[in-house]
Amino acid sequence: MNNALVSMKSVCKSFTNKPILQNISMAINSGEITTIIGPNGAGKSTLIRLILGLVSPDQGVIEKSNHLTTGYMPQKVKIDPTFPISTLRFLQIANMSNEDCHNALELVGIPEVKKTPFHRLSGGEMQRALLARAILRQPNLLVLDEPVQSVDFNGQNELYGLISSLRSSLNCAIIMVSHDLHLVMSSTDHVICLNHHICCQGKPEQVRQDPAYLDIFGETALYNHQHNHKHNLQGKVLDVDGNNQHGEGCLHD
Amino acid sequence: MIDFLLYPLLAGLGVAAVAGPLGCFVVWRRMAYFGDTLAHSALLGVALGVLLNIDLGVAVTVICLVMALSLVAIEQRGVLALDTLLGILSHSALAAGLVVISLLSDVRVDLMSLLFGDLLSVLAADLWVIYSGAGVALVLLATLWKSLINITVEPELADVEGVNVARVRTALMIITALVIAIAMKIVGVLLITALLIIPAAAARRISATPESMAVIASFTAMLSVVSGLATSWFIDTPAGPSIVISATLLFCLSLGLKQKG
Repeated sequence: MNNALVSMKSVCKSFTNKPILQNISMAINSGEITTIIGPNGAGKSTLIRLILGLVSPDQGVIEKSNHLTTGYMPQKVKIDPTFPISTLRFLQIANMSNEDCHNALELVGIPEVKKTPFHRLSGGEMQRALLARAILRQPNLLVLDEPVQSVDFNGQNELYGLISSLRSSLNCAIIMVSHDLHLVMSSTDHVICLNHHICCQGKPEQVRQDPAYLDIFGETALYNHQHNHKHNLQGKVLDVDGNNQHGEGCLHD
Repeated sequence: MIDFLLYPLLAGLGVAAVAGPLGCFVVWRRMAYFGDTLAHSALLGVALGVLLNIDLGVAVTVICLVMALSLVAIEQRGVLALDTLLGILSHSALAAGLVVISLLSDVRVDLMSLLFGDLLSVLAADLWVIYSGAGVALVLLATLWKSLINITVEPELADVEGVNVARVRTALMIITALVIAIAMKIVGVLLITALLIIPAAAARRISATPESMAVIASFTAMLSVVSGLATSWFIDTPAGPSIVISATLLFCLSLGLKQKG
């Protein structure tokens, strides 16, 4: 494919003789949102690290476009409290411009934490700050490893909305790892269902009907199809759009 | 008489200047035990230097480097937890150094001065060595500063952003080995880590940026050298330990200040 930013052909990777990824072939096209889903230990993070070049494949080839600039949002960053660094300074490591950093914080919705020491950010603020740093490099590929973890339910919706809006505002491709099928399916172009090998991949609607997908996510998939409601993290019943349904236990006015 | 104090003072200040920023990295990257291991192996370097009749500074630097690089190699195999590994290497190196020195029956080696420093015996020639060593270390730290900060925050992000993480890490080890070699004369192998981490820890409370912490740590270390040396002069205490005690007192004072950043 001509417009592929990254393409993999028959890539294999093992750690201490334990095969993690086998025979992976895939491509990331510019402007496309790709989501990797799969159970714990399926090799999702390893696949991300191969794309980033943090680990190299045992077999197979990974080709990258010459124009590739990658912005990476890791699962988390743990900074020792003895390290004095403000959030602004953390962002300036990627891009010195004060104005750009300010705009990035504005974009991810946390302009007020500019002077806050990085290690004092809350879980949700930290995720947003990491996203800000990733976009500061003006990437044409954003790589997000579980971008919404430790973000509350409403925040997750908001953050996914922000991520899909980044595609058009930055004009970049996005590849992310996610556990949350409901939230991801609606805003993704391409889904890769991974369990050491690629079980199936394609458009969300195709993947959803693939027997391999149903094998792994059967229960969740059925749940997604047959029920007319969802649950939030606290188990509250929500309607299909993720809004609160009125009823017992509703605390709002 | 002025030389008698001037040379030790200049030597101490030179080492203190570089101990500040390097000590910050030791604190930030939790390398204290790593520093100890290198410092303890310095004694083995002295022993081998005497045995093979080569310059002691060179011998110490080389041994520290070998130790640092082999640590990296063994660590990557992940056989043992890092602190266990460091404990084994650190104490074996110290023990091996002591054994080899005891075997050198025809050479008199002043063990106390190796273990706790011998600042008052510094000569003009030592000053050259200390200042060129400290100069090289400071220039390297300043050149690599941005990358060092980046890998300290998060090595994988740094890697994706184009920093050669392995090279910068190795450079930091070389700098550490170099500083340990020159600091040995000042505070001795057992107290080198103290000179690195105590001023940096004292600087933490009043620093809001990595740069200010590095500079404040340098000045704290220098102040410790001046007051330690003064103590040593007036009440005849050993210079190296007096410097460390001064640094500790400054650290205790810093605890009373309001935490910045």
